[in-house]
This record gives sequence, structure tokens and C-alpha cells, in this order.
Amino acid sequence: MSRRALRKLINLLALGLSGIATAVGLFFLGAILWTLVHSGLGGMSLQLFTAMTPPPGGTGGLLNAIYGSVAMTVIGILIGGPIGVLAGTYLAEYGRSARISTVIRFVNDVLLSAPSIIVGLFVYELLVVRMGHFSALAGAVALAILAIPVTVRTTEDMLNLVPQGMKDASTAMGAYHWRTITSVIYPAARSGILTGLLLAVARISGETAPLLFTALNNQFWSSNLLAPIANLPVVIFQFALSPYPNWQQLAWSGALIITVSILILSIAARFAVSSLGTGGRS
Amino acid sequence: MNTVAAIEPARASGQRLRESAFRTATFAAALLVLALLGGVALSLLIGAYPALAHFKLAFLTREVWNPVTEKFGALAAIYGTLVTSFLALLFAIPVSFGIAIFLTELAPAWLKRPVGVAIELLAAVPSIIYGIWGLFVLAPILQRHVQPWLIDGLGPLPLIGRLFQGPPYGIGVLTASFVLAIMVIPFISAVVRDVFETVPDVLKESAYGLGATTWEVISQVVVPYARTGVIGGIMLGLGRALGETMAVTFVIGNAHRVGSSLLAPGTTISASIANEFAEAVGDLYTSSLVALGALLFLITFTVIAAARLMLLQLGRKALSNV
Repeated sequence: MSRRALRKLINLLALGLSGIATAVGLFFLGAILWTLVHSGLGGMSLQLFTAMTPPPGGTGGLLNAIYGSVAMTVIGILIGGPIGVLAGTYLAEYGRSARISTVIRFVNDVLLSAPSIIVGLFVYELLVVRMGHFSALAGAVALAILAIPVTVRTTEDMLNLVPQGMKDASTAMGAYHWRTITSVIYPAARSGILTGLLLAVARISGETAPLLFTALNNQFWSSNLLAPIANLPVVIFQFALSPYPNWQQLAWSGALIITVSILILSIAARFAVSSLGTGGRS
Repeated sequence: MNTVAAIEPARASGQRLRESAFRTATFAAALLVLALLGGVALSLLIGAYPALAHFKLAFLTREVWNPVTEKFGALAAIYGTLVTSFLALLFAIPVSFGIAIFLTELAPAWLKRPVGVAIELLAAVPSIIYGIWGLFVLAPILQRHVQPWLIDGLGPLPLIGRLFQGPPYGIGVLTASFVLAIMVIPFISAVVRDVFETVPDVLKESAYGLGATTWEVISQVVVPYARTGVIGGIMLGLGRALGETMAVTFVIGNAHRVGSSLLAPGTTISASIANEFAEAVGDLYTSSLVALGALLFLITFTVIAAARLMLLQLGRKALSNV
């Protein structure tokens, strides 16, 4: 009986600890969000979205940084997205059981978790050194390289969810494989592929390390893709570490903007996935 | 299409052309993924060559990092990277396991999804946010309330006392490890949860049927069954901690030295690159930083590849059981 009581006690203790661990995890999420809202909300104003980054002590906003971030993310996903979707298509369709696909899947998984600063160094060697200067284009290429593995993975998974019967039906009608893929499989997996792209956008829009020595930063408005460009993550990095209160305030506001955008994107992607689940069955 | 092909050979050959064009496009995109990894490795090697040729093996074993005299050694950065990642895992593994157990075995159905999503959202928060939070919120708290207590309580002890000496800076190796731990917790718990869920219900139910408690089922059925996957998940977390840049850069202090105290400032490979690369002047300085990057690539690649192989093995095991 006492042995049984001991086992029950150990059980209770272990489960209690796992509950506490979960509470700890949630506490940190809450603490970080609370800090962001608390410190970032104070600086929220119209000026934040209409004015350029200020010199130390001056007033200003984050317009050029927001523009730069959006521009590089959009170009990044425009480059990386199609490549990722095509590569995912190869893995799920043409090369499903090819030996090279196993290798590509493995390499893709490795790239998925490779440190982003390494990608920054790669693009620095590839583009910045050759062009002789930092540029928005280099930043966008770095982000594209980070977007590719995410897109490849989700595209392959989503295409595999399309029922074999649908593909067979299309083939039986005499359609070539490319026609089946573009007219049957892509439409059936559309929301899944879009979810993957959303996740890729969420992943790259907060990346800082690869931009530090590709896009660098720019105090002023720039829409020239071949010149350094301001962007939210690097501005947050520089302003947060500066001794000037107005810069630090802008860093917090930028951090709030970026986190809220990413959380919205992630939640939207989740909803898209759950609607796919019901849509696929009907 | 066969009859169509007979009637309209031109159209059929157009179809075939598009077929092979589309096929080639997808294959080229897939090959690009391979080329990316090769390109990264190659460009890092080329960039690192001047430094490696100049310092030879001493690059790995020297602590000095002096841009003025152009003497560079990677020892302090390697040491900092390994120590912070090790400590981060030490903090993160128990908590992640607790969360995974809570999510798979303990949480009522209505709580499972919201808590799971919340943990996953924590993983989506960009690392720079962890960094700025660590610098402005966590570091002052540690400096005022935790570090003095560690210095007084553990500092005088023999052996481990050396780890807790010196003034409470707030920032430093310990703080960086702590921020890293908070970053990898959601990551490891999500993977471990997924791995736990591959354990067949029949196995668990037979253990319950023999009268095992929930904890006994977890420790003696679930964990042994999912062992490779669990280790794979932890190593993925390790890969993430080793390469993490921004969260560490904010709170580590960027001091190139191998110190015995965990409370002192240090540096990691990624933090050194992030802090110094854009301002590095001179080819040798830049090349030394790229060489650090190549080292980081080598270390993380090994860890991640091993982790992926383990997870792959689990995938096959799960498949063979279906």
C-alpha cells in the first residue's frame, strides 16, 4: 500500500512539475508581449508611419524603415516563393521516389534550420563584394534564400495531401502531367501553398542578422534597390543599443509593429490551414 | 489525347514541349536547393581562406582578438558559443519536456489547442525581440536580484564558485544563456510534443491497463519509444542555439576572452560577426570573421544533420508500425 502511495506521489509530483513548466513557458510569452505593448504603445502615433527616422534627439518616425522592410520582404518572397513552390512540386510529383529527392529533402531540412547569419555572409560574398556596396537587392536575396526551404517543405506536404484519385482522374482524361499539376493539383492545394508562403513571410520579415551586412541601413528615404535601405529589424537593433531616449522609444515601437505583424501572419496561416482541412474533405 | 495527337500532331508536340519545360523548371528549382548549400559552403571557404592561410591552426587555439594589431583567434568565440548553448539546453530541456508532457498527456482537450498555439507563437517571435527584451527587462532583473545572490551564495564555494565571481554586470554569458533558453524552449517542446504523439495509443493503453500511473507510462513507455526523436528534437534546438545571433548579441557584451565566470561578458561566433562585420576594415579582419562563420557553419551543419537523420529514422519507424 505504501509503495502504491509512493508511486502516486511521484506521479503527482511529475505531473505538477510539467504543469509548472507550461506555466513558465506561457509566462515568458506573456512577459515579452506585455513589455512590448507597455513600452511600444507610448510611441504609437501617426508620425511613426509618416516621418523618416530622426537624428539623435530629433523627432521622427519609421516610415523609411517600414517601407524598406516591406519592399525587401515582398521582393524576397517574389524570388523565393516561386522557386520554393517549383522545387516542392518536383519533390511531390516528378521526383517523388527519385533518389536525388531524398538528398534534396535532407539538404532542404538542413537549410531550414541553418543559422540565418550564415546566409547573410553568403550573400555578402556573393553580391555585396561583387557589387562593391551594400544594397536592398542583396538584402532581398538573403531573405529569399531563407524563404525557399520553408516554402519547399510546406508545398511538398500540401501537394501530398491532394487525393491520388483526383490526379488519376486527370491523367485518365489524357492530360499531361504539367496540365494535371497546374489545373488540378495546384487549385486543390491552393490554400495550403498560400499558407506556406504566409509562414515564409512571417519567417523572413523579422530576420535581422542576414540584413546587417547586406541591406545595412539608411538614415533617409530610399527606393533605389541598388543602394543601402532602411529596414525595421536593423533600425531596432541600432536604435535600441543607442544612448538616445527618442531612438530607444522608436526601437520599442518598431519592435511592437514587427511582432504584431508576425503574430497576425502566423495566426492567419493557422486559420488557412484549418479551413483547408475541412475544405479538402468536402 | 491519343486521337487528338493523331489529328493534331502540332498541338500534341506543343503539349510535350510544355511538359518537358515545366518538368525541367521544377527540377532546376529542386537542384537550386542543393546548389544553395554547396554555394554557402564554398563561399565561406573562399572568404575564410586568407585568414586560415595566415594564422593556420593557431586560429582555432588562440584567444587573442585584436583588430589593431590584426591578430585574430577564434577560441573565445568558440568557447562562448559552446558554453551559452550548453547552458541554454540545461535550462530548456526540463521545461520543454514538461510542456510536451503537459500537452500530450495532461491537458484537457479544450486547453490543448490554445496552449499549443501559444507555445508555437512564442517560437514565431523574431529573435531580435528576445534580444531587446533580454537587454532592457531581463538583464536589470538578473543584475539586481539574481546575480548578487549567486555571487554571495555560490561564489565562495570550492570548484563551482569560480563560475559565479566578479561584479554583477547584468549582461554576460549567463544572461545570454537564459535568453537563448527562453528562445529554444518553444522550439524543443513543439518537436518533442510531435514526437510523443507518434507513440501508438495501443502501447500506452496496455501500460495503463497494467496499472501504471501517467508518469510511469511517460517515463517507461513514451520516452523509450520516442527516444531517437526526442534526441533529434533536442539537437535541433541545439543547432538553433548555436547559430542564434540577435538574441545573444544584445546581452552577451562582446568581450573576446575565455573567462571562468559565467557572470562576465563574453562573445559567441554569431555575436562577433553581427557586431563587427559591417565595420571591419582590412581584408584580414573581414576574412577572420568569415572564418568564424565557416566554423559556425561546420558546427551547426554537423549538429543539424545528425538531428535530421535521427528524426528521419523515427519517421521510418513510425511508418513501419502503421
